[in-house]
Amino acid sequence: MRRRRSPLAPSPLQVGLSYLALGLASVFVLFPLYWLLITSFKLPIDVNSGPFYLPWVDFKPSLHAWEYVLGTLGPDVRRAYANTAVVALSSALLALFLGTSAAYALTRFQYRPRVGAVVLFVACLGFVVALVALGVPWPAAVGLGLAVFILGLQTLGRRFRRHLSNDDIALWLISNRILPPVVVVIPIYLLFQQLGLLDTRTALIISYTVINVPIAVWLMRDYFQNIPPDIEECAQIDGASRYRIFWTIVLPLAAPGLVATFLLLLVFSWNEYLLALFLSKANSQTMPLMVAAMSGTRGTEWWYMSVIIILMILPVVLLALVLERYIERGLIVGAVKG
Amino acid sequence: MGERVRLKEATPRREGVWVRLVAWLERQASAFFLLPTVLVILAFVLFPLVGSLYSSLSRLRFSDGGLELSFVGLANYRKVLLGSEQIHFLGQPGAIGWVMGVMGLLALGIGVVMYRRYRAGRPVWTWLGQPLLGGLLLLGFAWLFLSRLWPGTHMGTLQTTLFYVLVGTALQYLLGLGLALLCAERLPGTRFFRVLFILPLAITPIGVAYMFRMLTDTGKGPLVPLWEALGWGGFFWVNDPWGARLAVLIGDVWQWTPFAFIVLLAALQSVPQEQVEAAAVDGASRWQIFRHIIFPYLLPASATLVLIRLIEGFKIVDLPNILTNGGPGTATESITLHAYFAWRTLDIGTAAALGFLLMLLVSLVTSLYAAWVLPRARGQV
Repeated sequence: MRRRRSPLAPSPLQVGLSYLALGLASVFVLFPLYWLLITSFKLPIDVNSGPFYLPWVDFKPSLHAWEYVLGTLGPDVRRAYANTAVVALSSALLALFLGTSAAYALTRFQYRPRVGAVVLFVACLGFVVALVALGVPWPAAVGLGLAVFILGLQTLGRRFRRHLSNDDIALWLISNRILPPVVVVIPIYLLFQQLGLLDTRTALIISYTVINVPIAVWLMRDYFQNIPPDIEECAQIDGASRYRIFWTIVLPLAAPGLVATFLLLLVFSWNEYLLALFLSKANSQTMPLMVAAMSGTRGTEWWYMSVIIILMILPVVLLALVLERYIERGLIVGAVKG
Repeated sequence: MGERVRLKEATPRREGVWVRLVAWLERQASAFFLLPTVLVILAFVLFPLVGSLYSSLSRLRFSDGGLELSFVGLANYRKVLLGSEQIHFLGQPGAIGWVMGVMGLLALGIGVVMYRRYRAGRPVWTWLGQPLLGGLLLLGFAWLFLSRLWPGTHMGTLQTTLFYVLVGTALQYLLGLGLALLCAERLPGTRFFRVLFILPLAITPIGVAYMFRMLTDTGKGPLVPLWEALGWGGFFWVNDPWGARLAVLIGDVWQWTPFAFIVLLAALQSVPQEQVEAAAVDGASRWQIFRHIIFPYLLPASATLVLIRLIEGFKIVDLPNILTNGGPGTATESITLHAYFAWRTLDIGTAAALGFLLMLLVSLVTSLYAAWVLPRARGQV
């Protein structure tokens, strides 16, 4: 830190006021967490007979809630925990993989999809949905739609010469993030019902991957745009394949960006609630759902709730604390550059 | 890319299938990198979107074979916008005359601008072209809000959602900006505050909701003595529509201010210190330095940050669902929660229609924002 006398050097009063404001903000941030922590050590009577603030002074801390949650509720909690961990990790990895390769493709290749083909595709999609809605079995409808699409592509598709560019594709991919999940969740529910995947981890992994891919594309695209393509071009001249260049040169170069993006995706999937609410019941219940269900079935027993909430947020909070710099960078890459 | 492929073809083809496969993979590399993502999005976003559009135009019925969707046209939208769900979604408008007053004021404002342009000898009408849609939209929003703030009226889920998004984003931005400016002052210990302030970002929204439910408990919450000392004992938070909305808003602000904070903190590092110091030497006040030197550097990041919060903010559902369960009445229900409640009563058509209306709203707001605010903010530097 540089310390020199600058005309901006704040007066002691200003320093005091700054610390006062920072202190107040810290209280605002920390107090809810502090209350959560002490509630988890309270006996029901301490919670119900009014606010008590200081352990050992106001009330006698007790481990009963922790014992109950980790003991009696242990199997349930462990299952929800395992579900959350598996779903969050796999979907974050999958989204990272898909998003990174797409982002790489969009910064290093030229795509020129025809407008006509895109329009035709959307039209065929609508056609298929209409057929399914009219009662045609879905494999037949999809086959018919595909046939119409290919036929149209060979005949009509070549007439329209206008092209889309990489930026259009990127914008389209990223703009999927604008979509509120509640719009697509019902057909996704019906789709997983058809596939027999309701209430499984697979369903959650797939849907979380889908909602997270746009973020991965966006952040990693910004990252790749800042990596000069020189090294890759050298490797290409030396005869390395595209895939090898991607694995052995590009990914290691982009490691900080990958870590940051992965962490963000992990936090998003760990915390997701709406899709889980629709798509899972008992088997694939994740921690947020379990917490919400706890208060539904048993009234609100705050001491147990607090313990479970602490268990739920602990891994993400620790990650955030340890890797704060990475998260910061990951968020900033996209936002500051715009 | 073509280089290597041509080399391959020049060599005699004794390696056979394997090499040709590798060469083919290499030629198709661009497709293999991009297609998986595109297909996933198509299958799980575009396809459901079309399906959702259809289900918003149909009604679910129980029949012999199970469930059956029957086409009902725009009936679901009619129900939400004009029919039995109207008050739930759009709220109940109040005193029209008062609203007309506001409109009149706005018209007067436009008139004044036009008069000033006329006096300055600039074209009077042309400037209206572009902002007309935006102005109409703002008028519409203003009407939707103001006509539902009077006693005896009430807000629907549309206004509640807009309230969370607009007021929440503004508060998060201002608080985040303040904290970022404080932390950028290079006081000893700011590193600690930086780590502390991004903490809420990682915390599960469900957890946040329950924490704030504990804090706003009217009987046993930690703030009860404070309210009683202030003479507000007995009243508060979750039993009063505005109190409940405020509780949700505070939870949202608690969680998302850190986002504004870290983005703005990073943007602050791009401000050239020499300029700031030169201005200080020349006797500029702290406000002048902020307004004319620091703030222009923050504008591009701010614009993007607000865009992200607008997009994400419209999806709010966890907080109101847990903190207040949408109540009292429907006072804190967001559109997503409204759709979820409709879905829970198996009213799939209404749920899908609400989802589509929400999507239209988000697209409208974000595209107008991207068209008018973003380019101007970025052009500042």
